Amino acid sequence: MSRNTPGRSASTDDASVRDAMLAAVPSLRAFAISLSANVDRADDLVQETLLRAWANLDSFEPGTNMSAWLFTILRNLFRSEYRKRRREVADSDGAYADSMKTQPEQSSKVEFEEFREALAKLPSDQREALVLVGASGFSYEEAAEICGCAVGTIKSRVNRARTRLAELLAIESIEDLGPDRELRAVFTGGGS
Amino acid sequence: MTERKSRSEGGVQVRAAAGRPETGRAGPTLNREIQTKIGQQLRALYDDVVDQGVPDRFVELLRNLEQQPDTRRHVDEDPSE
Repeated sequence: MSRNTPGRSASTDDASVRDAMLAAVPSLRAFAISLSANVDRADDLVQETLLRAWANLDSFEPGTNMSAWLFTILRNLFRSEYRKRRREVADSDGAYADSMKTQPEQSSKVEFEEFREALAKLPSDQREALVLVGASGFSYEEAAEICGCAVGTIKSRVNRARTRLAELLAIESIEDLGPDRELRAVFTGGGS
Repeated sequence: MTERKSRSEGGVQVRAAAGRPETGRAGPTLNREIQTKIGQQLRALYDDVVDQGVPDRFVELLRNLEQQPDTRRHVDEDPSE
């Protein structure tokens, strides 16, 4: 938060900054896809994040976590876009779930599908907290800073996300057995 | 076919039972198992994307940015002076 140290960028080594940004790209993309549920939009989000980060390098404090800084920018970009869309689409989480259904390809494997669908049903604040802590490898403290909220809030969001996922997966595994699953396996496994 | 079906039904029983502890009825062991599975699947899904590495467009983007310092709010001091 208190990262406004003016006049630092002059000594910032562009090449090392570039390398640090590139190194963060794979996990930024994974985070962006988990937020937007759409690979193309996720990649646009990552691109905008890199542009904005580059333009605002002055506000990055060397020695601090570049990855967390980039995640913060990406999340804020997504949030402002999300808020804009929310005015147009009333049920935004439902819209997210629908967009998941139209994106079955990606590089997804069949066994991920039910989990992916369950993840899509979570409220977005719970989903992002779970992904940051459970997959991106950030501490609760870092996740709280990225999301701009209290550590306790992150903890409770992660807990609620886990509980809800457990419920969804236990229920859905019943539906997923049987011919439907085999049919899906044919579709998903058939291509490339 | 028949054998597969009955096996599936067996699976349903087990999984359906595994769902119930979430409402607080059975032991914490099942719950822990489910949570472990959730953690693994979440990371697998995430790592699936991470393993794709850096798409070319981002390599080019950063190369371009580096070559055009104007895109950045540069402070006009050259430390080498």
